Amino acid sequence: MEYFEALIVILQSTVRVSVPLILAALAGLYSERAGIFDIGLEGKMLAAAFAAGAVAGITQNALLGLTAAMAVSVALALVHGFASITQRGNQIVSGVAINFIAAGATVILGQAWFHQGGQTPRLGEGGRFVTHELPFAAEIAGIPVLGPIYSNLLSGHFLLTYLAFALVPATWWVLYRTRFGLRLRAVGENPGAVDTAGISVTWLRYRAVICCGLLCGIAGAYLSMAMTGGFVKGMTAGKGFIALAALIFAKWKPVNVMFACLLFGFLDAMSIRLQGNPLPLIGQVPAQFMQALPYILTVILLAGFIGKAIPPRAGGVPYVKER
Amino acid sequence: MSDIAIELKGIDKSFGAVHANKNINLSVRKGTIHGIIGENGAGKSTLMSILYGFYQADGGDVFVDGTRTVIRDPNAAIAAGIGMVHQHFMLVENFTVLENVMLGAEESQVLTAGITKARAELRRLEEEYELEVDADAIIEELPVGNQQRVEILKALYRGADILILDEPTGVLTPAEADHLFRILRQLKDQGKTIILITHKLREIMAITDEVSVMRRGEMVATRTTADTSVEELAELMVGRRVLLRVDKDEARPGDVLLAVEKLTVRDSRGVAMVKDVSFDVRAGEIVGIAGVAGNGQSELLEAVSGIRRAEKGRILLNGEPIDVAGRTDPAELRARGMAHVPEDRHHMGLVLAFEESENSILGYHTDPRYVSGAFLNIDGIRRDAAEKMESYDIRPRDVRLRTANFSGGNQQKIVLAREMERDPSVLVIGQPTRGVDVGAIEFIHKRIIEMRDAGKAVLLVSVELDEIRSLSDRVLVMFDGRIVGERSPDANEGELGLLMAGVTDSREAAA
Repeated sequence: MEYFEALIVILQSTVRVSVPLILAALAGLYSERAGIFDIGLEGKMLAAAFAAGAVAGITQNALLGLTAAMAVSVALALVHGFASITQRGNQIVSGVAINFIAAGATVILGQAWFHQGGQTPRLGEGGRFVTHELPFAAEIAGIPVLGPIYSNLLSGHFLLTYLAFALVPATWWVLYRTRFGLRLRAVGENPGAVDTAGISVTWLRYRAVICCGLLCGIAGAYLSMAMTGGFVKGMTAGKGFIALAALIFAKWKPVNVMFACLLFGFLDAMSIRLQGNPLPLIGQVPAQFMQALPYILTVILLAGFIGKAIPPRAGGVPYVKER
Repeated sequence: MSDIAIELKGIDKSFGAVHANKNINLSVRKGTIHGIIGENGAGKSTLMSILYGFYQADGGDVFVDGTRTVIRDPNAAIAAGIGMVHQHFMLVENFTVLENVMLGAEESQVLTAGITKARAELRRLEEEYELEVDADAIIEELPVGNQQRVEILKALYRGADILILDEPTGVLTPAEADHLFRILRQLKDQGKTIILITHKLREIMAITDEVSVMRRGEMVATRTTADTSVEELAELMVGRRVLLRVDKDEARPGDVLLAVEKLTVRDSRGVAMVKDVSFDVRAGEIVGIAGVAGNGQSELLEAVSGIRRAEKGRILLNGEPIDVAGRTDPAELRARGMAHVPEDRHHMGLVLAFEESENSILGYHTDPRYVSGAFLNIDGIRRDAAEKMESYDIRPRDVRLRTANFSGGNQQKIVLAREMERDPSVLVIGQPTRGVDVGAIEFIHKRIIEMRDAGKAVLLVSVELDEIRSLSDRVLVMFDGRIVGERSPDANEGELGLLMAGVTDSREAAA
């Protein structure tokens, strides 16, 4: 029973830390499935987290914060789109640039505006997202096994958490059951086929990039307005890259993305939980090792355990009509 | 309603300094198959891309069905009833046939209802035109011929009445090409108008009703196919008389320079592609290997040239064995007198992004003529490349031009010049004239004969039976990884064709 409770706690925190990963990885999925590689997920998320923290900090209004986060993230996504779609630039370089811009600008603007060492003001009640209890959570809590699973694991999350998980089947549906999805997948595989079918490659890819920006914006807002009560510099801490790894690990498929993110989230939750606690049989493990574990696993998984991950064939290649 | 399906008047198009189409006029009669022939770079594809809305003409008008039509993008072309089958298929390879056919013509935002309708419509088209394809098959798992049928279905699904096919047989086996022609005749019988772009004279003669010839961006003539001849068309294309038949003397074979004994080679998937193959090539003779593409010729070539390991067997070069099962090294073979012109110049013969002069030394770049110490002798390389350009008539004469900017024929000459000028004792050539224009074919054939007459042993692999017959002194036919017969090049075409299909007569079986 003691282990069961510990497990519930770990799983609950798994869900908590997986949400930004899922949102960011789905964001990357829209972009990369359309053939635009995006290593700027991290930067967009960071900028969005800052925008959310700043706007919500001033207005103490969570919705305004979320809107600002999405707007900033979409703006950066459009910069990436302009560089890689219209100007046919190198998508990796553009993504790296966005990461650097976000890392630097959030600190400079934060210091200039709020003078709190790069942080945004603490968010009060109105500026934060609140958790929601599912119906009857309190009543069911007493029932063994099912009770804690419902009340502690499934209930008591932010709306954004439920949104993130709902976006997984929604993305699947969009991708495989709508015209937009068919065209999106096609343009990532062979833009020539899309062009000759009379569809604008440019507009289609821009729409994909905007989807990516919107989701990254939500991910960023979750970080500074839900998980914590304000923006702290560098608070994404590589989550954008982990999301990217999860996306590759999931072979660019939405449901796989969710499981991959949950796996990475679980490792993260474990590392937090086990810090300072001795492991059975092994004994005390240095905290640094536990913190490094998710990243070590990422390398191992990507190095060969997942089989061949074939990216969208036209990924990273600007579309030029051939003569 | 007019009798003319497509009329082009004064179409003009330039790409920078290149004047691709000069004041082109063309009329295509309804319900006919109209061929457009010309050498690579004559402007055929550009003209058709303008008609399909891929490019905008700088000047001139397009009339479809007698009405002036502005075709701004492929959408407008589709709306005007024009469909196009591109040389490189515009298909999403990991989509199903159905998804590819639907793409861009889905009818509604959500696919579910559209899919059922599309499936029914596809069925109907397949039956009406006898274009059988499995709607749920994944494109990349289909043979090339079927992929092309999907392209045709795509156009028909969009209601095309005028179908443009750009070099449709370049990727097809002879049998698939024959099938395609049957489909095209059927489409014509049903009232469709077909424009066939090609540089193969035989195809024009076999299937078209009328033919227009393009040369260097200009439309030089239009003929009724029945009233013209291969010779006349070739002359119109090239602008001078062309020898289609290769002149050569009797071969005077000498010693065996290349011997292949009981060779077995597996491909990268582990399937045996060459099975127990033995043959000799003597000095001063050309041995041609005929066969439908994919019967092991490619793997044989790769094993002989040291690129692919063989599982069993021996290869003797100038009487000395090659380590076929161990680490075979193309560079070592080259040093021992073997030159190799690979089948696919884009993937194996050239680095397209390199300057011409750089490609002219690939594989021989350690030759003392090209290096001084650790550095390349750039001047020497360029001088040498310029000499080769002169003697092989490679155009344009610019050793610093990116190789991708040369035409197919000139690219092939770059490879040939590099390999032949080393004075090898054995020359191994795959598909010497694939994607090469008529003028260059004549030149390349002459050079190959010259190599033979200079006492080299030449092993020639080609899927063009005509080429094999006109060049070779002996013809070996390969089928399913085996040599199924040896014939004289004068053997009749039907007999060779049967061998290529794997039909061996009893005489062969007894031997």
